[in-house]
Amino acid sequence: MSLQDRLTELRDQGLADIKSADVLKKVNQVKVDLLGKKGPITEVLRGMRDLTPEERPKVGAYANEVRDKLQEAIEHRREELELAVQNKQLAAEKLDVTLPGRQVPQGQPHVITQIITELEDLFMGMGYQIVDGDEVEEDYYNFERLNLPKDHPARDMQDTFYITKEILLRTQTSADQPRSLENHDFSKGPLKVLSPGRVYRRDTDDATHSHQFHQIEGLVVDKHITMADLKGTLTLVANELFGDQFEVRLRPSYFPFTEPSVEADVTCFNCNGKGCAVCKQTGWIEVLGAGMVHPRVLEMSGIDPEVYGGFAFGLGPDRFAMLKYGVDDIRNFYLNDVRFLSQFYKKG
Amino acid sequence: MRISYAWLRDYLKLDIPADELAEKIERTAVEVDGVIRPSEGLKKVVVGDVLECVPHPDSDHLHICQVDVGEDDPIQIVCGAPNVAAGEKVIVALPNSWIGNHTKIKRSKMRGVVSNGMLCALDELGFDEKLVPKEVADGIFILPAEAKPGEPVFSYIGMDDEIIDMSVTPNRGDMLSMNGTAHELAAIYDQAPTMPTVDLHEDASELADDELNVTVQADEQAVPMYKMRLIKNVTIKPSPLWLQIRIWNAGMRPINNVVDATNYILMQYGQPLHAFDFNSLTKGQVNVRFAKAGEQLTTLDGEERELAATDLVICSDDRPICLAGTMGGLDSEVTDKTTAIALESAIFDAVKIRKTAHNHNLHSEASMRYERGIDHSATETALDAAAALIAKLSDGTVTTGVVVGRDEDVQPVVVKISLSRINHVLGTDLSLDTVAAIFRRLDFPTTIDGDTYTVTVPARRWDIHIPADLIEEVARLYGYDNLPSTLPTGQPTIGRLNETQQIIRDSRKLMESAGLTQAISYSLTTEAKAKAFALHASEVTKLDFPMSSERSALRLNLISGLLDDLAYNNARKEHDVALYEEGRVFFSQPEQVRPKEVEHIAGAITGSMVQTAWDTAATPVDFYQIKGIVAGYLKSLALAAPVSYVATTAHPEMHPGRTADIYVGEDLVGFVGEIHPATAKAYKVRETYVFELDLDALIAQPKEHQQYQTISKFPSITRDVAMLIDDQVTNAAIVKLIKDKGGAHLRKVQLFDVYNGKNVPAGKKSLAYTLTYQDQNGTLVDEEINKAFEKVLTALTETLGAEIR
Repeated sequence: MSLQDRLTELRDQGLADIKSADVLKKVNQVKVDLLGKKGPITEVLRGMRDLTPEERPKVGAYANEVRDKLQEAIEHRREELELAVQNKQLAAEKLDVTLPGRQVPQGQPHVITQIITELEDLFMGMGYQIVDGDEVEEDYYNFERLNLPKDHPARDMQDTFYITKEILLRTQTSADQPRSLENHDFSKGPLKVLSPGRVYRRDTDDATHSHQFHQIEGLVVDKHITMADLKGTLTLVANELFGDQFEVRLRPSYFPFTEPSVEADVTCFNCNGKGCAVCKQTGWIEVLGAGMVHPRVLEMSGIDPEVYGGFAFGLGPDRFAMLKYGVDDIRNFYLNDVRFLSQFYKKG
Repeated sequence: MRISYAWLRDYLKLDIPADELAEKIERTAVEVDGVIRPSEGLKKVVVGDVLECVPHPDSDHLHICQVDVGEDDPIQIVCGAPNVAAGEKVIVALPNSWIGNHTKIKRSKMRGVVSNGMLCALDELGFDEKLVPKEVADGIFILPAEAKPGEPVFSYIGMDDEIIDMSVTPNRGDMLSMNGTAHELAAIYDQAPTMPTVDLHEDASELADDELNVTVQADEQAVPMYKMRLIKNVTIKPSPLWLQIRIWNAGMRPINNVVDATNYILMQYGQPLHAFDFNSLTKGQVNVRFAKAGEQLTTLDGEERELAATDLVICSDDRPICLAGTMGGLDSEVTDKTTAIALESAIFDAVKIRKTAHNHNLHSEASMRYERGIDHSATETALDAAAALIAKLSDGTVTTGVVVGRDEDVQPVVVKISLSRINHVLGTDLSLDTVAAIFRRLDFPTTIDGDTYTVTVPARRWDIHIPADLIEEVARLYGYDNLPSTLPTGQPTIGRLNETQQIIRDSRKLMESAGLTQAISYSLTTEAKAKAFALHASEVTKLDFPMSSERSALRLNLISGLLDDLAYNNARKEHDVALYEEGRVFFSQPEQVRPKEVEHIAGAITGSMVQTAWDTAATPVDFYQIKGIVAGYLKSLALAAPVSYVATTAHPEMHPGRTADIYVGEDLVGFVGEIHPATAKAYKVRETYVFELDLDALIAQPKEHQQYQTISKFPSITRDVAMLIDDQVTNAAIVKLIKDKGGAHLRKVQLFDVYNGKNVPAGKKSLAYTLTYQDQNGTLVDEEINKAFEKVLTALTETLGAEIR
C-alpha cells in the first residue's frame, strides 16, 4: 500500500470516527489517536524518509492536507457537541417569565402635586418664576391691597379663618400679587410669576367644599400686556391640562383686583359640548378666573398704571383634578387613602 | 335675580329662545344659573268650571263636584279643599295628568265615590310653598272668572313664562332690576328699550308736608337721600292676579296690594321701598338716626332685636320703627286695618347696611341691593311709581308733594378714554366707529375728540368710574370670542426653580423612589395634635373663631397628620402604608402674631413595604428601614457636615429606646424612630415608624463641594474583625474609634454582623466589621496593613473593652 493510499485510508477512517464521536471526550480521544505524536499520521510522515526526493513533497503535501482536514473535522465536531451541551443546559434553565418581578417599593406623587408640577413646568418654559407666599397672611395683603377694602360685599365670596383681626389664613394665592409687585425691579424686565399653594376658606367640609385646598395664581406685568395675551395664555393652560381638542371661551365675571374680569370655560370633555351631568347640560366647564390687573392694585404697589399693565389668573388644582379624573369628593385629596393615592401615576 | 321673560318683553322685542338669551347674558354680562320653566313636566292640567258641588255622603269634609273641563259632559271629581264651591273656575288635573313633583294623577275612588282627577292648589303644581300667597295656601286656587274650561291652565297663572335665573356678581348691582337688565339687553341686542313711565296723580287738596314730618339726623354719608310720600284712604286687599304672578315669578310671596306694589317697584327699579302704616307713627313724625347701643326693636319676623350703635334706624318721634334698609318693625307694619301709608324711598350707605344685615343675620332683597349699590337717579322716580301703583291698587289718594328728609345732587360720571388705550389693553385693532357704536348701544352719551372719547356714564351704571371700567364694557360687548389669542412678547425672562424649590422638588422624588407615597394632610388640626412631635418648643397659632376644635390650630409638625392618614387607612383594613408629606409647619415668633412658616418633610411607615409574594416574605417595617430611608435621602443632599444619630428620650410621643435625634454637624435637624405604643393607641394606628426633618434647615446647610477623586489603580486589602463587647457600647462609638485609629489607608468600615443570641454572654453583643484599606499611590504590603489593623484591635480592646474573637 502506498503512503498515499494509507493516508487516504486514515483520512476516511478518521472522518468516520469523528462523526461517530457523540461526546466531547470521544472527540478528544479521536484527536489524540489520530493526530498525536504516536498516531498513524505521524507514523506515515516518519516513513517519508524512504521516498524518492521527487515523491517526498507530493506525499508531504498530501499528508498535511489530510491532517488539516481531520483537524478541521475535529473542531467542527467539537463545536457541534459543545453547542448541544449548552443548549441542553439552557433548556434546563428555562423560567416562567410571566412570574412577577421582585418588588421594589415605589411611591407616587399626590395627584394635586402632579397638576401643580405640570403647570409649573409649562410656565417656567415661558419664563415665569415660581413664588411661594406665606399661608398666614395679613388682611391687608390678602384683601385690601387687592382692592377689597373691609366691608366690601365681595368679601362674602370668601369666608375667612382669622387669627386676629388683621391676620388670617390666606383665602387666595393672589395674596402674593402685591408682594410680587412691590418687590419687582422692572428695569430688569417684566414680572412673570406663578404662585401655587395652599389656601383656606371657612367652609364646612363636604363633597364639594374643603376648608383647605390649592390655588395657582399667575401674574404678568409689563409695558404692553394685552387681554389677547391673557386669552392665549389661558388657552394654553386649558390645552395642557385637558388636551388641545377643546375650545376655550371667556365670559365676564367679577374680581375686585382685575378689570376687566373674566371666567374661562372649556368645552366639557365628558360630552364634548353636547351637555351632560358633568357640565350641568351647558356643554361648558368653568375652569379658572382671570382678568387685567386693576389699576388700583398697581397703584397701591407703587406702579404707574398708565405705563404698566398686566394680567392675572387663578385656578384650582383640586377642581382640575376632580374634573380631569372624575373625582366626586374633594375630601379624597386630604384623607390620603392609599387606595386613592395609588391610582394616580405620574405621566411621562 | 330671577328675570321673567314675559316681563322683559314689556321692554324689548325679543323672540329668541330663552336658552339662547340666557347664553347671551352669560357670555356678555353675568352668570346664569339656569332657565326655569314652571310648567315643565306638567301635563293635562286644565281650567275647570265647578257646575255643582255637594257634600260627600260619607265624609265630613269631602265634596263631590261636577266640573266642566271643556268636554261634552262634565266630569266628577271629589275634592277635600274647604274653599271649593259651585261657580268657581278651578285648576283640574285630569286623569293621567302629571302635576308637580313628578306626580301622576289617576282616576280613583274616594270613600266609594269615583273621582276623575283632582282640583289643585298652587303648591300641588310645584310652586314653592314659600311663594304661595297665604290666603290661598289652605285651599285650591281659584282662577279668574274669564278662564275658559278645558284650556291649559298655565297661561292664567304665569306658569307659561320662562324665568332666567341670573347669578349677579357684586359689581353688577344694576342688573338686580328689570330696568337695569333691560338696559343691558338693549345694549347687547342694539335695541331702544321701552322704559316704564310714571302716571302719578296727586290730590291737590292735601299736602304731604302738612301731615308728615321727616328729619334725618344721621350724616350724609350714611343717608345720602331720604324721601317719603303719603298715600291716604287705602284699602288693603290681595293684589290682582297679574301682579301676584310677577311677584311669585320673581321668587317672592304675594302679601297684599301695598306690599306687593313696593316689591314690584323694587324688582322694576332696583330701589328698595318701605311702606309704614301712617297711623302707627307718632304725630306723623319720622326721624332717621343711628341706634343707641342696647335699644330694642321688634322686627316684622317677630324677633325682638337688640340694636348696635352702627345700626341705622328709622324712628317715629325717636322711637325705632324700622331697621333701615334691612327689615321693618312689627309696630308699623301694614295690616288689613291700615288706611294711610307713609312710603319711604331712600339711599343708605352700603357698608352700614352690610354690617347691620350681617350682625342681625337679616339678608333681605333690600339689604342685598343696598350692599351692592342703588341707582341714585331713580330713587324719587321709584317713589312716585310706587305711590301711583299703591293708589291705583288700593283706591287711595296720593297727597301732594314729596317729603324730603335729605336730598342729593346726583351727577353722571364723566370718563375719558382713548381708542389707542383700548386697543393697547385689549390687543385689538378696533376702529373709532366700532367703539363709538358700543357706547351708543350702552346709551352712554359720548363725544369724540381725535381718538379720545368723553363718555358720560349715567347714574344707573354706578359701577363704572375709571377708564378700565369702560374697557371692560367695550371688551364684553365686542365679544371675548372675537379677541385675538396671543402670548406676551417683550424682554425674555428665565423661568426656573430657585435652589430651595429645586431641593424641595428633588426631595419629593427621592422619597417616592424610596417607596413613600406623597400625602397632603390638613394644616389645621386639634391643639394637641398641632403641638405633638414638635421639633422645637413653640406656641401654637390658633384660629380666632374655629368651626370645630378638630380644625382649630396650625400644625407644628407633619407626623400627626400622617398618623391621622394611617388611622384612616387602618380603619379601612389597609395596614401596609408608607407615606410622606412635604409642607409647612408654623412656629411661633416672639412678639409676632404671624408664625414662622417652615418647610418640613416627614414620613410614616407601618406594616410592611414589600408584600408577601411567591419569592419574598413580607418583612415588617422596623427602625432600621426608616432610618435607611432617612440616611439615603440625607446622603443625596450632599451635606458638607457629617450626619449623626443620637439616641433620645426627649420626644414624649416617641418610643424612648427607639428614637434618634438627627444632627448635621452640631445642628439638630430632625428625628427618626418608632412612635410610642401609647401614641399608637391614641391615634388608632399599629406599630409605626416615623421621621420628621426640618427641610429649610437642610436646605440652609452648606453642601459638599463635589470634586472628582482619582480612582486608585492599586488593589485594596480587607481585614475582618469580630468582637464581643458590652451591650451599651454603640456602633457609632466603635466605628469612630476604628476610623480614628485606622491609619492613613483605611478607606471603609462596614458592619457585617450583629449577634446577641446563643453563646453570647448576657449584657454583651457580638459585632463584626470589615475594614478596607487602599493606597492611592502604591500597592499595600501585608505587613503595613497588619500593623495598622493591630493598632485598631488594641484600641478596641483597651478603650472599649472589646474581646476580639
